This record gives sequence, C-alpha cells and structure tokens, in this order.
Amino acid sequence: MFIKSWLINSRTRHLLTLVPFLKKYRTQITIGIFMVLATNIAAMVAPWVLKRAVDHLYHEISRELLLYYSALVVCASAVEGFFRFQMRRILIGVSRYLEYDLRNHLFAHLQRLTPRFYQQYSTGDILSRASNDLSAVRMVLGPGIMYSVNTVFTTIFTITLLLSISWKLTFLTLLPLFAVTYCVKYFGRSIHQRFESIQRQLGSITTLTQENVSGIRVVKAYNQENAFIERFKQANQDFMHRSLSLVRIWGLFYPLLTLLLGVSAASLLWYGGRQVVQGSITLGDLVAFMSYLAMLTWPTIALGWVINIFERGSASMGRINELLDHQPEVLEGGSKETLARLKGDINIRNLSFSYNGFPVLRNVDLQARAGETIAIVGSTGSGKTTLVNLLCRLYPVERGTIFIDGIDINDIPLSILRKNIGYVPQDTFLFSETVAENIAFGKPESSRLDVENAAHISNIWPEIQHFPRKFETFVGERGITLSGGQKQRIAISRALLVDSPILILDDALSSVDTYTEEQILRKLSGELKNRTALLISHRVSTVKMADQIIVLQEGRVVERGTHDELLSAGGFYADLYQKQLLREELGVE
Amino acid sequence: MTSFHEEEILGKAYDKRLARRLLGYLYPYRRVVLLSVFFLLVVSALQLAGPYLTKVAIDRYIRTGNIQGLNGIALLFLGVLLAQFCFAFAQTYLMNWTGQKIMYDLRVQIFTHIQKLHVGYFDRNPVGRIITRVTTDVDVLNELFTSGVISIFGDIFTLAGIVLIMLWLNWKLALVSFSVIPVLFVASIIFKVKVRDSYRWVRTCVAKMNAFLQENITGMSVVQIFVQEKRKFQQFDERNREHLDANLQSIFYYAVFYPAVNLIGALAIALILWYGGVQVLAGVLTLGSLVAFIQYSERFYKPISDLSEKFNILQTAMASSERIFRLLDTQPAISPPLHPVRLKSLKGKIEFRNVSFAYKEDTPVLRNISFSVAPGEKVAIVGATGSGKSTLINLLCRFYDVQSGEVRIDDTPVTHLDLDQLRQSISIVLQDVFLFSGTIEENIRLWERPIERKQVEDASRWVHADHFVQRLASGYDERVAERGSSLSVGQRQLLAFARALAHDPKILVLDEATSSVDTETELLIQDALEKLMKGRTAVVIAHRLSTIQNCDRILVLHRGQLIEQGSHQDLLKLRGVYYKLFQLQYRDQLASPRLFAPDLRASVGNPG
Ligand SMILES: Nc1ncnc2c1ncn2[C@@H]1O[C@H](COP(=O)(O)OP(=O)(O)OP(=O)(O)O)[C@@H](O)[C@H]1O
Ligand SMILES: Nc1ncnc2c1ncn2[C@@H]1O[C@H](COP(=O)(O)OP(=O)(O)OP(=O)(O)O)[C@@H](O)[C@H]1O
Ligand SMILES: [Mg+2]
Ligand SMILES: [Mg+2]
Repeated sequence: MFIKSWLINSRTRHLLTLVPFLKKYRTQITIGIFMVLATNIAAMVAPWVLKRAVDHLYHEISRELLLYYSALVVCASAVEGFFRFQMRRILIGVSRYLEYDLRNHLFAHLQRLTPRFYQQYSTGDILSRASNDLSAVRMVLGPGIMYSVNTVFTTIFTITLLLSISWKLTFLTLLPLFAVTYCVKYFGRSIHQRFESIQRQLGSITTLTQENVSGIRVVKAYNQENAFIERFKQANQDFMHRSLSLVRIWGLFYPLLTLLLGVSAASLLWYGGRQVVQGSITLGDLVAFMSYLAMLTWPTIALGWVINIFERGSASMGRINELLDHQPEVLEGGSKETLARLKGDINIRNLSFSYNGFPVLRNVDLQARAGETIAIVGSTGSGKTTLVNLLCRLYPVERGTIFIDGIDINDIPLSILRKNIGYVPQDTFLFSETVAENIAFGKPESSRLDVENAAHISNIWPEIQHFPRKFETFVGERGITLSGGQKQRIAISRALLVDSPILILDDALSSVDTYTEEQILRKLSGELKNRTALLISHRVSTVKMADQIIVLQEGRVVERGTHDELLSAGGFYADLYQKQLLREELGVE
Repeated sequence: MTSFHEEEILGKAYDKRLARRLLGYLYPYRRVVLLSVFFLLVVSALQLAGPYLTKVAIDRYIRTGNIQGLNGIALLFLGVLLAQFCFAFAQTYLMNWTGQKIMYDLRVQIFTHIQKLHVGYFDRNPVGRIITRVTTDVDVLNELFTSGVISIFGDIFTLAGIVLIMLWLNWKLALVSFSVIPVLFVASIIFKVKVRDSYRWVRTCVAKMNAFLQENITGMSVVQIFVQEKRKFQQFDERNREHLDANLQSIFYYAVFYPAVNLIGALAIALILWYGGVQVLAGVLTLGSLVAFIQYSERFYKPISDLSEKFNILQTAMASSERIFRLLDTQPAISPPLHPVRLKSLKGKIEFRNVSFAYKEDTPVLRNISFSVAPGEKVAIVGATGSGKSTLINLLCRFYDVQSGEVRIDDTPVTHLDLDQLRQSISIVLQDVFLFSGTIEENIRLWERPIERKQVEDASRWVHADHFVQRLASGYDERVAERGSSLSVGQRQLLAFARALAHDPKILVLDEATSSVDTETELLIQDALEKLMKGRTAVVIAHRLSTIQNCDRILVLHRGQLIEQGSHQDLLKLRGVYYKLFQLQYRDQLASPRLFAPDLRASVGNPG
C-alpha cells in the first residue's frame, strides 16, 4: 500500500532513529492501540442504539423501554469515554515519555562532544534543535501515532461497509481517492523540504537572538541596536516567506483532499443515480452508501493531518540526527586498571597539532617530572592554550605523543585523566550558581571548610566576606555580577579544590592586580610543591621561579631552561625580560 | 532557595485584558481577517449545499428517472466543490498570512524592546529565557491566530444557530436538552482553571530547561574538564522530568475533559430521547422533529468539544502571551532622555561629581567619587581587583545610572545627553571580550556605521592583529566561531581593540585591553597609540603599571573610593597605595639577577 512505501522512503527514514526508543514502550503502545480500537467500536454503539430507539418509536414502545434505551445511550457514551480517556492518556503520555528520553539522550550525547563540534554549531542552533525540532518529533510520537491508527481503523471499517453494499460502486467512489496517493507523495516531499528550511531559519533567528543578548554590552557600547533590529527583521522576513511557502502547499492539501472526497460523492450521485433509475440498485442502497461514504470524511482529513505531522517530524528528526550522528572525537578509552590517582610525570614527545589543516603545534617536546613547575611563555597565538588543551584531551591526541606517568594518555580513561588535572582555563566560565557551588564545582561534596580554604589561596575570601550573602551569593550568568579579577580567582579556587596532581594555570592571573598576584603566587607556591604545574603567562614575574621555562614561538619550542639559563642565553625570553624590566625602569625616572 | 533560572510566578488570571491586548495585534490586518471570516462562512455554507443537492437529486430526478437533470445536478455539485476548494484555500492562506505577519510584528517588537532594556536586566535574566520569549512563545501565539481564533468564530456562530433552531422547533424540548448546560459550564470552569495552571507550569519548565541547556552548552568544556557530566546530566534530568510531569498533568486534564463533554452530550441526547419519546407517544411531537432534535444536539456538542480542543491552543497562548507582555512591560531602567541634548562637537571632557553607586541596594560599590578628565587627557585608573574600576566605566557609558552624584561629559550630565551620541563618541574595549559569530571584518566594523575595509585593516595594523589575520585562510573574511572561540584569547582581545580604534572615538576606554596580550605586542600597541591618541581623551584601566606609565594622570581606586590621584611621579612621592603597588611589582624584579638593569635599585631607592 502507498502508506507503506511512503513510510520507508528516504525522507521518513530519519524517524527510524526512534525505533529503539519506541521498543521500551511496546506494551503501552500496544495497549494504547487497542484502546483506539475499543474507542472506535464503542463509538458505534450509541448511534446504533439511537437508531433502534427511533425505529421502535415508529411502532409502539413502552416507556420502560424508552428509559432503557436512554440509559443505554449514556452507558455507551460512558464506556466510550473511558476508552477514549485511556487512549489519550496512554498514547499521548507515551509520547511525552519518549520526548523525555530523547531529550536526555540528546543531552548526554552533547556532553560527549568536543569543542570542535561547538565551534561548528552555534548554541542558538543547538538550542533550537533541542526544543523546536524535538517538539515536532514529539507530535509524531503522540498525536501522529494516535491519529494514524485511528485513520486506518476507520478506513478499513468504512470500506468493509461499502463493499457489503456494492463492490462496483465502491470501486467507482474510491477511484478519485486513489489520486490521494499521488497527492500524498507530492505534498509529502514539499512539506518536508519546506518545513526543514523553516526550521533552519528558526535556528538562525535563535542564534541571532542568542548572540545579541550575550553580547548586549558590546551591542550597546557600539550603538548596534538598530543594526541588529535590521538583521533580525531580515531574518524574520525570510522566515515569514519560508513559512508562507509551506502554507501555500499545506493550505492546498486539506481542501484538495476534501475536493477529492467531494468528487467521489458527486460521481456516486451521478452514477449511482443512473443505476437506481435503471433499477440495478435500490434507492435505499444509494442513500446508505452515501452516508457511509460521509464516514470517510474524517479519516481523509486525519490522513492529511498525519502526513503533515510525519513529514514535519521526520524533517526535524533529520536535524536532530545530524547532531546525534556526530561521533564523539575523544573517546573514553583506556583500560580500567589504571591507577585512579596519577603521579603527574608528563612527557610530551614530538607533538604536532593542527586545527583543520592549520598547523598550530610543531614537534613539541616537553618533560616534567612529578612535582615540577613548568612555565610556558610565548607570544599571542603561539599555541600555549592548545598545548594544555591537548593534555586534557579536549581535542583528539595522536598516539605516542603525550604520556602521563609513562602511560599514553589515550590509554588513560578520560574521566580519570581529567580528574587528575586541575585546570584554570584562560577565558573564565562560571555557572549561574552561588559562589560556593562554583568553587566546589569539580567536587560538589566538599566541605565548607575546603571551599573556604580554596578561596583563601586565591585570595578571594576577604572579598567574598563583603558580598551580600557571602558564599551563597549568586554570580549571575557566566559570573556577570563579579569583577574580572574575582571571576578569575574563583576559577583558580575551583581548580585548586579538586586537589589534583597536575595543575594548569592558563594566564590565570591576567586580570588580577599586582598586589593580589603576589599574594596568590606566594600561597600557591606551597600548593605547587607536590603537584606538577603548568603555568602559562606573559609575565616574567609569574614564571621566573619555575623549574623549567619553555618558550613557544609559532608552535615550536624555541628555548627551554631555567630563568637564569634563559637570561644568559639571550634569546626571546631574555628580550622579554628586558622589555618588562626596562619599562619599569623608565617609570622611575 | 529559588534558583536563578526559576521563572517568576505570575499574577492571577487576567485573561480578558490579555485577550484584548492580543486581539490588538489583529487590528492592522482587520480587513484581511474579515475577508477570511467571510470566506470561512462561505465555505461552511457551501458545505451545507452538498446534502441539499443530494436531496434535490433524489427527490426530483432519481425518483422521476430524469437522467438529464441528474447530469445537471452532478455538474452543479462539482462546481460547488470547486468553489469550496478555492474559498477554503484562500481562507487558509489569508489566515496564515495574517498569523505570519503578526508573528513578525511581535518578534520584532519584542526584539526591539530587548534592545532598549538596560544592562542590569541581562544580569538577572538568563539568555535562554529571553530566547524562549522570542522564539517558542511567539510561535505559540501564531498557532492561536492561525488555527484558533478564526475557527472559534465559526464554532460560536454554529452554536448560536443551533440554539435558535432548536428553540424555534420546540422550546420545551430545547430547554430540556439545555438543562445539562450548567453541568457543562461547571466542568469547563474546573477544566479551565486546572489546565491554565498546568500550562503555566509547562511554560515555566520549558524556559527553565532552555536556560539550563543554553548555559551548559556554552560551558560544556568546563563541565568536561571537571568531569561533572554525570552531575550536570542529573540536573538536566530533573528539569526534563519536571517538564514531563507538567505535561503529563495537562494530558490528564485533557484526557478527562473530552470524554466528559461527550458524556454530558450523551446525557442531553438521552434526555431528548426519553422526554421527546414520551411526547411522541403522547402524539404531541412528530417523530421527524425528534430525529431532527437529536441530530441538532449532536451537532451542538461537537463544536463544544472542538472548542475545548481550541482551548488547548488558547491556554498555551495565554500562558505565553502573559510572559511576552511581561517582558514588553518591563520599563527600561535607563531610558533615553525626553529632550536629549545633542552636542555639536563633543570635545571629550569627562567629569564625575560625588558619584555613589551600588548594583544592589545594600552593597555600595562606588562611594562619593569626584574627578575630571580634560579633553585630550590620558587618565589611568588603578586599584585592586573588585575595587570598582569597571563599574566606573559602566557608569560613563550609562550602562547603569548613578544613585547619587552626576556623571558629565562636556559639562552635560550623561542622563541628558543623547544616548546615541554618547555611545558613538566613546569606544570601549571591555574587560570581557565579546566577538560575534561572523567574519573578522564584521567583528571590527560591526554593522551600524559605514566603515571601509581600509579602516578595518588600518585598525588591525595599529594593534598588530593583521599579522595573524593575514595568515588565516580567508583573511578578514574568515568566519570566527561563536564568541571567537576559534581564536586564541589574546587574538580576540586584539580584535576587540581594533574594533574600538576603527570606530574613531572621541573618548577611548580601555578596560584591561591588553591583559592577555604578550609584552612585545603590548609595547608596539602602546607606541602606535601614542600617535593615534592625539586629541582624544583616554581612560585606561590596567593592573600592569608599565601599561599606564604614559598616562598624564593616575587615579587610584580603593574599595570604591578614590584615594589618590596625580602623575606617576607625584604618586610615588606620596608613598601611598600606588607607591606600594609599584614597589611590589618592582621588588619582584629586584629579586632576580639584574642583568639588564643594574642601576635599578639606585633609581628606585630614591623615588622622586
Ligand atoms: N553587574 C553586577 N551586579 C552586581 N555586582 C557587581 C556587578 N558588577 C560588579 N559587581 C561588584 O562590584 C564590585 C566592583 O566590580 P568591578 O567590576 O567594578 O571591579 P574592578 O575594579 O573592575 O575589578 P577587576 O580589576 O577585577 O576587574 C565587585 O565587588 C563586584 O562583585
Ligand atoms: N578552535 C580553533 N580552531 C582554529 N584555530 C584555532 C582554534 N583555537 C586556536 N586556534 C589558532 O591556533 C593558534 C594558537 O592558539 P592558542 O589559543 O593555542 O594560542 P595561545 O598561545 O594560547 O595564545 P594567547 O596567548 O593569545 O592565549 C592561534 O593562531 C589561533 O588562531
Ligand atoms: Mg591562550
Ligand atoms: Mg574590571
């Protein structure tokens, strides 16, 4: 049948993703389908009873019998109501459960994807898929399934009734309805395409809004409000045109179905009328036939509905699948027998890395024994952040290049690797939670004392005491209600609290004043004694006490050694030192 | 503890006002709407024509064997069908057209309003929530306009017609069948209240979930680095689960309501059958009337359960519009002055007069600050982190308004100054760099002012960004990822700097503009600025004292108070906070081998 071919065509194939999810609710769905059947059967009872009652009224009927019929009508309706209630509750309910499962599945999947993915898809786009597209898919699972089952039942039932009267007439009246097949094919494809393009545009609108709101300070500072309104208008105009192009198809679809049905009725009237005149069927048959045909109205309209729902749903599912099909680049990996706690020997051998063919690191070698402090300096864009990101395996790392405790980091389970690294990223991200929750982010079970200790080390504790609710103060999205230095220091405390053998500070004191920097460095030096630390900074003052200083230039290690060694070598580092020093000197004149 | 993402609980129902306000959006399109309603009526009428034509065909032609007539009527039937088809399509299209227009109007209105809101609003409202307002909530309203409102007219029209016909046929029987209406009424009211509550709950959950998703997608790598995927998943699951519960609840009400209406309808029919039947038996009523009555009351309850289907849409729409209107009703705390002063040419004088400010009532951030900057002067602000430096700048561009005192530019209070002019004359490099997803060029020139490619390139050359831009595959046309995450942090900062210079400001404000840039580049930029800044006022915030040594004057901020000001030398002489800061940076260097500054100790040992 055409429905079948339509179901397995390439467009609706996207919906196959749902099959494993559906399996979980097999029983409920089966029961639900039975409820649809039961509702349909029960729905026939009341009219039948009524018909009987009216027939009886033609002749003689007792009042008791009349009362009995009346009661029967109410009972039949109650039974039908019960089934209908169950049908809706079960089938629509299941669709909500499925939506819930699917959303969780999507989120869990998103959690495994790397920064590369997030640079490809904007937040607004992902959001749009996770909300708007997911609800279109939900429609398939709930009303979609419910109405298609309903339609199939009613159609089969009605056609059986029609056949029982005259197969010739049946054939004749169903003839125009075969055109429906073609309609469904054509319209299905158009609806799918146009809906997809609408959803894409909705994604753009979401992205534009997201960008505008997240960058509102820049927007305002540079008077970009009107420009954004213009862009927003344009995006919406585009959206409107795309939507209307769908309406043109979709608005045609319903009336066309009704038209086809009407043509059936008209041809029945015309041909059936002749037959009555010729005496091959009775007038009663014709009238009955007509009323049965009228019963096809609802399933035809429902068919339109169902196809609309399915096409939209599969277009949306395709968009969600696009996200789900992104395989996580960085896999959990590793054998479980690795120690839960690493010592912190880091060994990087001949590491090269490029972003989409753009080389960023070239043949980097680095050795750090447990407990050592390694400083990395280098000009802007020289690859410092990239190097430490690779150590956390935020991007896939080639085998045989990075070892911790002599184990290739690809062989260390990802969670264990990361638990052993405390990382202060260069651009601070805080969650819209309290200060305490942010500090304890990596170790939510920590005691208040630990949290406060960590706050002491980064020297943020005294300031927190001045906050209105101290450690329970909410920091706003991304920590918007904190000053730059406060955010950075909370991020430092957050990394310190996880108490890991390896600590990475990526330019973590850049927004902190000298006095505070000095205090933090002093407190840190105690912390750093038994940890391997990677310290990235542009400041000689921050890095000079390191056991080893590495100078990166365009992704290459150009110098390495202690502060003194590098100074006497007279290269980049010495130059840097001189520049920073000379300026101080100038100031004192 | 209510979380940041919690939606505010909304006030009691004021449906009528909401509805009236919503209908207001239809007003500009009233002609189209009326036309569409008219078409709808035509379609309904044409639908009725079918059965009538059938009756005529049977009575007049089939019974009499008039084939010719039958042909004619079949043709007429076809004609009616075609007309119906055309009108139905036109009606759908017009209504959807209106819906789309309204959606457009609403979205643009909301977005425009968001642009007017002050910065403080965005401190409190998560991005995800605002996005929900602009997208999902508006979408819901569209559905109301396209499929809800119009057909409600149709339904009410049908209902009224049926009531009249029934009363006309037999008012006693009609009243009997209407006797169940109070039950229906009560049921609907209960339903309405319940569904309304549960829909509000659903909308809240959606916004909460979106806000959570938004935040977690942007902070995903932090979650991953700290291996908190499980915990975050659980938190997401909680929100997702609540959303599920809210929906299940509303499903329950719907699942109950439909059958309930049907049952009440069946009750009415049973009453008619019994009461009417008795009358038929008594010969008071004809059987035909009874049958007609039964058919009418069947049709009576159909639109009512339809109406309740529409109710679904209506409720969602109400819940959404409540939130949208709440956003639209939020008055921006900072609004452009009623009679804005537009200065002919802005010279660039800045003055703070006894300014005090607090973000939250009880925690003052700035206390009684007064200072002034002459046009063309370069002033530095130093101070410990959290001392209020960035806050000063927020006040200067009127992101927030002061609680007491006054901020003046060219002797005009910023509150009187034309907001556009104010912000056009100031370029800021914010401490938190923000890049848009777009090309490098777009990020420097932005969209508002006609800035030539050459200016963009010049500006990047001044800040030494063109070096790395040129190495990108498509140079200035290279697209940067969201927030510039495909660039190094220093590179992002350079672009933000270039942006400020490209806008050719009267007043340049640098808030830690080179904190992540390497020393060499920083020095080069300083040299370039030296020339560029002629005739412009500059306010520079920096922790590295070396960055600010070229400034004419230095302001020292301590815990929100201005405690020292003067030139570098003056402040060293003062031996106050600045002196201590300076010594500290400096002692650092003394502790290391003094290869390149052998005479440093001598020069500092005797400051001034
Ligand atoms: N939007 C805000 N809402 C509430 N409080 C805020 C907000 N922004 C800043 N604060 C608070 O105001 C105080 C001053 O912050 P400000 O950003 O002005 O400091 P700053 O001097 O720029 O520090 P830094 O050198 O660290 O950038 C801080 O205690 C901070 O927590
Ligand atoms: N996700 C990315 N996609 C493409 N290129 C990238 C990406 N991230 C960084 N780069 C490029 O790789 C180079 C090294 O970047 P990285 O962030 O490692 O520099 P960095 O040494 O940390 O610089 P900074 O001192 O400014 O922080 C830069 O040229 C940058 O533009
Ligand atoms: Mg970096
Ligand atoms: Mg600041």
